[in-house]
Amino acid sequence: MAEHKHPNYLAIFWILLSVTILEVGYSFLHVPRSLLIGGLVALAGFKALLVALYFMHLKFERKALGIIVGSTLILGAILVSVGIGEHVLPKP
Amino acid sequence: MTDHASHSHAVELPSATGIPHDKVGMWVFLCSEVMFFTGLIGSYIVLRFASPSWPHPGNTLNIWLTALNTFILICSSVTMVKALESVRNGDLRKLKLFLSMTLLFGAIFLSIQAYEYRHLLHAGFNPHVSLFGSVFYTTTGFHGFHVFCGVVCMAFVTGKAFLGKYTQAHHQGIETIGLYWHFVDLVWIILFTIIYLF
Repeated sequence: MAEHKHPNYLAIFWILLSVTILEVGYSFLHVPRSLLIGGLVALAGFKALLVALYFMHLKFERKALGIIVGSTLILGAILVSVGIGEHVLPKP
Repeated sequence: MTDHASHSHAVELPSATGIPHDKVGMWVFLCSEVMFFTGLIGSYIVLRFASPSWPHPGNTLNIWLTALNTFILICSSVTMVKALESVRNGDLRKLKLFLSMTLLFGAIFLSIQAYEYRHLLHAGFNPHVSLFGSVFYTTTGFHGFHVFCGVVCMAFVTGKAFLGKYTQAHHQGIETIGLYWHFVDLVWIILFTIIYLF
């Protein structure tokens, strides 16, 4: 990792805190179910991305680590997609 | 050169990736953990959306208490990353302070989770009462176990910091445990959303 790079950790903390409050508030809104789930997943994904990029310093790491992590995420996405396609989505 | 340092240099082999071996090792381990939690979360999604009915989590679970716990875990990630920043800057006093705070936040998180479980079990919500109960205790229980392991490792690292084992030049252990700790925080961010808020 490049030692000289120092993200503003406190700014990221405030963003994470704000998004968490937003998430909880959003979960109490009476919106269509698909909109509720889509919004909450997007907010959680954004928070997870911030933690991975800045707290785990993935943004500043070498490409090799990005390939290791990226390939794992692709495998994970395939695993979940197959489960959803097989058991959740309506059969034609 | 101390005996410890000379020993470390004697066994240290050059890394083909240019990344320290223990960091690569931790990342590979975390990738296996990604697959582990993907299995759990994927199972939850399939069970949840393939079920004809599912109780609203807010009717059973205490959302506000868990939101507080989420806040505590986020705080612990900040103190963890500040500990790493401190040792990189050579500020060993702040290193010890931030590591201790991280340890404390981890212990508070586990205490609140134990309180939540006790309250839920007392109210009759147990793992075999419903599919929701099984999924809830399995996913949050495994995550709690990971936090517990993190707290034990954090106590070890904090103890080493107080014994003066880390310096500005030699602090890889702090970064390695930090990666694990942030991963546990990241998993909780996702679990909190999909288990408690959907």
